[in-house]
Amino acid sequence: MEPIIIVGSGLAGYTLARELRKLDAETPLTLITADDGRFYSKPMLSNALAAGKSADALATADAARMAEQLQAEILTHAKVEAIDPGARSITVDGRPRGYRKLVLALGADPVRPQLAGDGAAEVLSVNDLADYARFRRAIENKRRVAIMGGGLIGCEFANDLVAAGYRVDLIHPAAHPLERLLPAPAAEALGDALARAGVTWHLGASVSRVDKAAGGYRLTLSDGSALEAEAVLSAIGLRPRADLARAAGIDTGRGIRVDRRLQSSAPDVYALGDCAEVEGLLLPFVMPLMQAARALAKTLTGTPTEVVYPAMPVVVKTPACPLAVAPPSPGAEGEWHIDDEADGVCALFRDAQGRLRGFALAGAATTKRSALAQQLPAVLP
Amino acid sequence: MKKWECVVCGFVYDEAVGMPEDGIAAGTRWEDIPEDWACPECGVAKADFEMVQIAA
Repeated sequence: MEPIIIVGSGLAGYTLARELRKLDAETPLTLITADDGRFYSKPMLSNALAAGKSADALATADAARMAEQLQAEILTHAKVEAIDPGARSITVDGRPRGYRKLVLALGADPVRPQLAGDGAAEVLSVNDLADYARFRRAIENKRRVAIMGGGLIGCEFANDLVAAGYRVDLIHPAAHPLERLLPAPAAEALGDALARAGVTWHLGASVSRVDKAAGGYRLTLSDGSALEAEAVLSAIGLRPRADLARAAGIDTGRGIRVDRRLQSSAPDVYALGDCAEVEGLLLPFVMPLMQAARALAKTLTGTPTEVVYPAMPVVVKTPACPLAVAPPSPGAEGEWHIDDEADGVCALFRDAQGRLRGFALAGAATTKRSALAQQLPAVLP
Repeated sequence: MKKWECVVCGFVYDEAVGMPEDGIAAGTRWEDIPEDWACPECGVAKADFEMVQIAA
């Protein structure tokens, strides 16, 4: 009997495998991964430095142990080159493998910045555990790190680095950090708190050149200014891995398009996690993939189940200024009501009827998260 | 009283503090939290034993 095949061994792939095994101990299960198959939590990568955790310490189980726990076959360092949905077959390192159900849990790629200069190729990004190990080697015995991108990942890494004693320059093209998630007062609270913690902001600018210099790199910014750093980390965005599906003729948008049963346009091909666009929503966070894994495990074991997304506030791991944010859905009508408190910001997005449609909490106001989340509409009811 | 850390997202549950806003009183031991409880930050289930003790 052909197995259920899951491609990817990140949180999405492993969580689905675990949920499947809770419901079904028998069906053959294969996981295929391009990396070494160690289990780790990706959200921990951006706060492991100050916590004193190495890459190896973040890996809580190796592939052999995961295979035993999950009663699954795990192929490591293996590349899935093609999908043939008609034949229910994939090509792995040149060889075909049949599946009964195929799940794509491929994740996303970091967007590479367009840079001039002879140091451009040495700009780091941290998207998996191996990247993280490289990053830690690159900053060992160094003091100055430049970060490109003041989004969620950039701000979390900046906070982690200053907490561990590094000097951080953060270059961000918008006027505020996290401007797509936060209204200005909350974004300012974050920016100010990170500045007090030791981050030097370069807002309204991007990096144009990275050149090698004595002891590190010289960065030239779009506003003509320059700065020196011993390591450069790019965190300018993520792009869902949809090429494999697209090449197989499966419907894709920015991600692999799936319905609420996580099913793609091809029969018996599913997707979840950062590669998946669920009912048009790209939500590269942990909570949605947990919801998706539970629903999909039921569907794959014979009980078709639609994923339900409750309100899912995102917690930003910036201890200098804790944040919890539930952005209003795109196009939602209403306005922000902002309470600038002494030790935080409570910003509530209300519609014309006064109903809560989103929030952004900074500092001490984050304690209101649970109570406010209960008043929010579900993202996918 | 112990502290427990979610291995997926880093959320810390402190038994001494509890989560009064979620109906879990201060002083509630980890063992006494219902099995259907999930991490409030990332949704990992308690039943997956994803919380690890970080301090006594």
